[in-house]
Amino acid sequence: MLRLVKYLKPFTFLIFISIVLLFLQALANLALPDYMSNIVNVGIQQGGIENAVPEAIRKSQMDKLVIFMDEESRSEVLENYTLKDMNSPDYEEYLKKYPQLKNEGIYILNRISTEETNRINKYMGRAFLAVSGIGQMIADPQKAAAAGSMLGLDMTKIPEGMTAEQVFAMIKTLPEAQLSELLKTMNERFDDLGDKMVTQSAVGTVKAEYTALGMDTGKVQSNYIWYTGLLMLLLSLASAVCTVGVGYLSAKTAAGLAKNLREMAFDRVESFSNTEFDKFSTASLITRSTNDITQIQMLIIVLIRMVFYAPILGIGGIILALNKSTSMSWIIALAVIVILSLIMVVFSVTMPRFRRMQALIDRINLVFRESLSGIMVIRAFNSQKFEEKRFDGANTDLTATSLFINRAMVVMMPVMMLIMNGLSLLIVWVGAHQVAASNIQVGDMMAFLQYAMLIVMSFLMLSIMFIMIPRASVSAGRVADVLETELVIHDPEKPREFTLPIRGQVDFRNVSFRYPGADIDVIHNINFTARPGETTAIIGSTGSGKSTITDLLLRFYDVNSGQILIDGIDIREVTQHDLREKIGYVPQRSILFSGTIESNLRYADENTSEQKLKEAAKVAQVADFISEKPEGFDTGISQSGKNVSGGQKQRLSIARALVKDSEILILDDCFSALDFKTEKTLRKALKRYSEKSTLFIITQRVGTVMNAEQIIVLDKGKVVGKGTHRELMESSDTYREIALSQFKKEELA
Amino acid sequence: MSDREKSTQGRTPGPMGFGPRGGGIQMQGEKPRDFKGTLKKFIQYIRQFKIQVLIVMIFAVASTIFAIVGPKIIGKATTKLFEGVMQTISGTGNGIDFKYIGNIILISLGLYGASAIFSYIQGWIMSGVSMKITYRFRRDISKKVNRMPLKYFDNTNQGEILSRVTNDVDAINQTLNQSLTQIITSVATIIGILIMMLTISRIMTLVSVFIIPLSLVLIIIVVRRSQKYFMQQQVYLGHVNGHVEEMFGGHNVMKAFNGEKKSIEKFNGYNNILYGAAWKSQFLSGLMMPISFFIGNLGYVAVSVLGGWFAVQGKMSVGDILAFILYVRTFMQPISQMANISNVLQQTAASAERVFEFLGEEEESPDIKNPVKPVSISGSVKFNKVRFGYKPDQTIIKGFSADIKPGQKIALVGPTGAGKTTMVKLLMRFYDVNSGGIYIEGNNIKNFTRKELRSIFGMVLQDTWLYKGTIMDNIRYGRRDAKDEEVIESAKIAYVDHFIHTLANGYNHELNEETSNISQGQKQLITIARAILANPKILILDEATSSVDTRTELLIQNAMDNLMKDRTSFIIAHRLSTIRNADLILVMDNGDIVEQGKHEELLEKNGFYANLYYSQFENGDYLSQD
Repeated sequence: MLRLVKYLKPFTFLIFISIVLLFLQALANLALPDYMSNIVNVGIQQGGIENAVPEAIRKSQMDKLVIFMDEESRSEVLENYTLKDMNSPDYEEYLKKYPQLKNEGIYILNRISTEETNRINKYMGRAFLAVSGIGQMIADPQKAAAAGSMLGLDMTKIPEGMTAEQVFAMIKTLPEAQLSELLKTMNERFDDLGDKMVTQSAVGTVKAEYTALGMDTGKVQSNYIWYTGLLMLLLSLASAVCTVGVGYLSAKTAAGLAKNLREMAFDRVESFSNTEFDKFSTASLITRSTNDITQIQMLIIVLIRMVFYAPILGIGGIILALNKSTSMSWIIALAVIVILSLIMVVFSVTMPRFRRMQALIDRINLVFRESLSGIMVIRAFNSQKFEEKRFDGANTDLTATSLFINRAMVVMMPVMMLIMNGLSLLIVWVGAHQVAASNIQVGDMMAFLQYAMLIVMSFLMLSIMFIMIPRASVSAGRVADVLETELVIHDPEKPREFTLPIRGQVDFRNVSFRYPGADIDVIHNINFTARPGETTAIIGSTGSGKSTITDLLLRFYDVNSGQILIDGIDIREVTQHDLREKIGYVPQRSILFSGTIESNLRYADENTSEQKLKEAAKVAQVADFISEKPEGFDTGISQSGKNVSGGQKQRLSIARALVKDSEILILDDCFSALDFKTEKTLRKALKRYSEKSTLFIITQRVGTVMNAEQIIVLDKGKVVGKGTHRELMESSDTYREIALSQFKKEELA
Repeated sequence: MSDREKSTQGRTPGPMGFGPRGGGIQMQGEKPRDFKGTLKKFIQYIRQFKIQVLIVMIFAVASTIFAIVGPKIIGKATTKLFEGVMQTISGTGNGIDFKYIGNIILISLGLYGASAIFSYIQGWIMSGVSMKITYRFRRDISKKVNRMPLKYFDNTNQGEILSRVTNDVDAINQTLNQSLTQIITSVATIIGILIMMLTISRIMTLVSVFIIPLSLVLIIIVVRRSQKYFMQQQVYLGHVNGHVEEMFGGHNVMKAFNGEKKSIEKFNGYNNILYGAAWKSQFLSGLMMPISFFIGNLGYVAVSVLGGWFAVQGKMSVGDILAFILYVRTFMQPISQMANISNVLQQTAASAERVFEFLGEEEESPDIKNPVKPVSISGSVKFNKVRFGYKPDQTIIKGFSADIKPGQKIALVGPTGAGKTTMVKLLMRFYDVNSGGIYIEGNNIKNFTRKELRSIFGMVLQDTWLYKGTIMDNIRYGRRDAKDEEVIESAKIAYVDHFIHTLANGYNHELNEETSNISQGQKQLITIARAILANPKILILDEATSSVDTRTELLIQNAMDNLMKDRTSFIIAHRLSTIRNADLILVMDNGDIVEQGKHEELLEKNGFYANLYYSQFENGDYLSQD
């Protein structure tokens, strides 16, 4: 995987933006439970009143409140309120909102910062509780003792029959020392209660204050809920926008990377020589430049959308959850550990079988493929039952293994659900105790529950990656192998050029070659000269190294020692392009490309004349075939020429080489699918057509080479005979043996 | 680095669920032609599992019900908790009722546990059933192959048939394994949740349900648009793969003709379009998640707000809000699942349809009721006015007649396409003649069972079929009860014994998957050994030594001549040198015999055969300028 990271460079910016968007997405998603918690805590429980800092307050009430504040906080609180009364210029406006203004002055809260609000919330919350507590004591003497103890007041000190107003007046007039003593005891009580509880309790009195102001408290509450809901909606819209953005960027990144990789891999392979090609198999190279890259593309998308996201979400979730309640964090840790160990257990049990399963799938495919490709043989030998048994064996193995894996996997879902549900139950249970202890509010617990789910989810996402990444990294490694393969054959830095006109004389001088990694030479110390206008035939049994000579001449491989010269120039001194420009080549296995007959012939020379095409086709004995087709030269050729017979394919591939009109022409055993009559006619026409060319014919047939100017007999990579048919019949045992196996003695005379 | 990959089997193992069904939208487009009919056939096919399937259904529903009740109970606990808190704040009541909450939690734990157990049992049974069905499908297909006429395979791509065993059966397996239970649980969940939601609040349920069509419409719009690009992506992926295969396959030709630039240009053209389609389809399918998430959140917000509003009015408890939120969240999941499942079902039905179609293909005509037993076969074969064509409108063999006496060595020669191999196929009843008849010992070959008829012949084909296994096993394929010594003896006759001994493990040398670790010529020798081992009454050699060098061929022929003394043999050969000593040469052209006789006789006639024969010698005119 890491070997491919450098190819992500052009996408750094896209990835960076994606990560920023992912952050925003996580933030938005993580904020949602918090707002939900506010709806419960503030919207429902506190009647939509967030804190003990009312937006407006009666002057009479404020006067009472300030009694219970020290000098400093008192001035701070009053600074943040503005007193309005009948004389204020905006009286009418406020009257509508606070009908009580008609009767007395009202303090209106200034626009202040959240920090400021939080600061004065503490003073006002306590003051509100003190005022309402005393109010309660007076109103309901039976509860007086209890409420009094809460405030740290001794009720017995208050003379009976006093109204609340009188009591406040009395307290106000207390000497400084006594008052501060009173405040101190009260504050100690409040400290015990905790700020959260003070605020929660104080909002009740704030609500009463709003009622006293003549405000519609129901509306305050519903406004709060709607307002929060709207915020949530905006947040989830923001989150959706971020996700869409990430989706866009990740799609662009992944598809872009895949495009670049495909392009690079393809370019690379196209410049491979046979040495590199042999290192991988053709099938493997195809998979590497197609399927493997698609795999990587999928991985990148998941990588950006999930792997980058999961930690952000998980860590964010943990931070927020800890914010809500540190004391419950162990529950999340526990859940994560349990789930991860479940995954580990299931995977460690199934993984080995998983690997085996791929082998079993390959096996069943193989057996079935074999039973299809060998259908004639199977029927001929009456071995249908045997094949069925073979297939059944593979089938049973595969079934047993996948059943095991399936059943192990089936455990995952229910257990995972059980863990998740157990987690929520545990949170409710532990949370309930925390709520009872006033450490958190109910809404906080609900938010915590959702955070816990998000965190567990992010771990699940990550664990999926542990399965995906190894798979894709295998693909990545295979693609990197292709991209990093060093080319063995290079063009020279200062290439020479053939001097025109080229004659096309080919010299092999002490040429030896062995395949990379082989112990012995395929061809050893080969020497010969092929002259223009002459036919040089190379004959030998399978494996004697005939085709290697073509491969070397075309520079599909480089010689290990010796040199190959064309018109006296070493072929390694010119560019590969120039070299191949001079050679017409008909391969042993005829290969056509999809397109039309014409496009295939023109593959040799795009700008060739119509006349030339027809001529080449005629020489290659394929003109009749073409003219018989209703579309003629426009007849379609399917991939690798499947829709034409072997013989026609060979002739078309010969015609293609002829179109090139090259100085050197190589026919590598390319008459095998032609009957002797056609072959003979073709060869005759060919000889006339390429009169001046250096012609190479590689074959096993003695009949084909009999009349060549020069026959080179190869055996086990060595030249064991050189000369004309007549000479060789005399001098070469190998040649004679080959000839006699094909003809009767008298026929060869 | 000699790893072998098969591009034909690019499938991901199913059970993990990261296969093609992994994310978002899948390729649509595949639809069965006859959904109902296929479903009927399928139900028929799995009828023996009806009890298990019933149990699975019941358990799936049970598990869902237990799971669905959970949130409501947790909600109750929350409500109790909330009430307790309120009481504490207002200083009334006895605070939080932990006993009640504890009880509730225990109850729900029990419910969740039961749900998990039911769900697991259900999954256990279902995976067993689906694997058994998959197994049966594969087995039936493999057996079916052996009962079908060869004609079918001429017209059908091998990869296509292979894909039925792998991809199609796999698709069925996955659907059975996952989607079937998903349908049940999804439906149960949707209904269950609806009921639970209704018991909490009708208005809120209405609002939540109202959101669903909204999301469905949006999702359908996205799916439609992305479908277009998915198709385009698929098409261009095909182009890219095709071009890559073609160019890599013809690498040498491409290089020899300096075709690099052209090839890369074409590739880049495809690649660029593929890129556009790939990112667009990815992006659009990636929209699904945020859209359904956003809509899910819409529901979430609606529930929170409405719930809050109702709670204020005292119409709803806090716990109910929590429960409702949990329900709404789970509600979206089965719905988007269902949208997906219908897609999956369509595809599966298309797969099943293909499989059933294959299983329902016409089979070979049954063997005759009272067959003749092939006892004391001397090897006389008679062709009587045989007419045959692979396709009804194309007659290839036009009235072929020949009378072959026991022990004769018959050579069939003629240009490509003359119908030589076809004759062999008719003789072994791979195909049945259209008219006329073929007789062995005077009995029409239709009067034998195919099995017994074919046991008369030993056949070596040009196409050397061997299978992955040891060389010993491969030769023994000719006669499976043969002893090791007999196998080795046949190998000696086929001149392959020496070669086998040069291999790493001798006769236990394992042939690889493409049987590419020995040469074509050696493969031919092994197939000859295989036919020799079968010890047939009549031997057929169809271009059997075309890849063997001529010296070895000569040796084999001598050995064969010995072996086949007094046995009839048919030889089809390109190299006329191989057939000079045949007892009878049948010269075929255009599906008919144009000449027949011995080598010398035919040469004297100076006709078609002589022409064919002499064309392999140049008689000095190779260079002549005439």
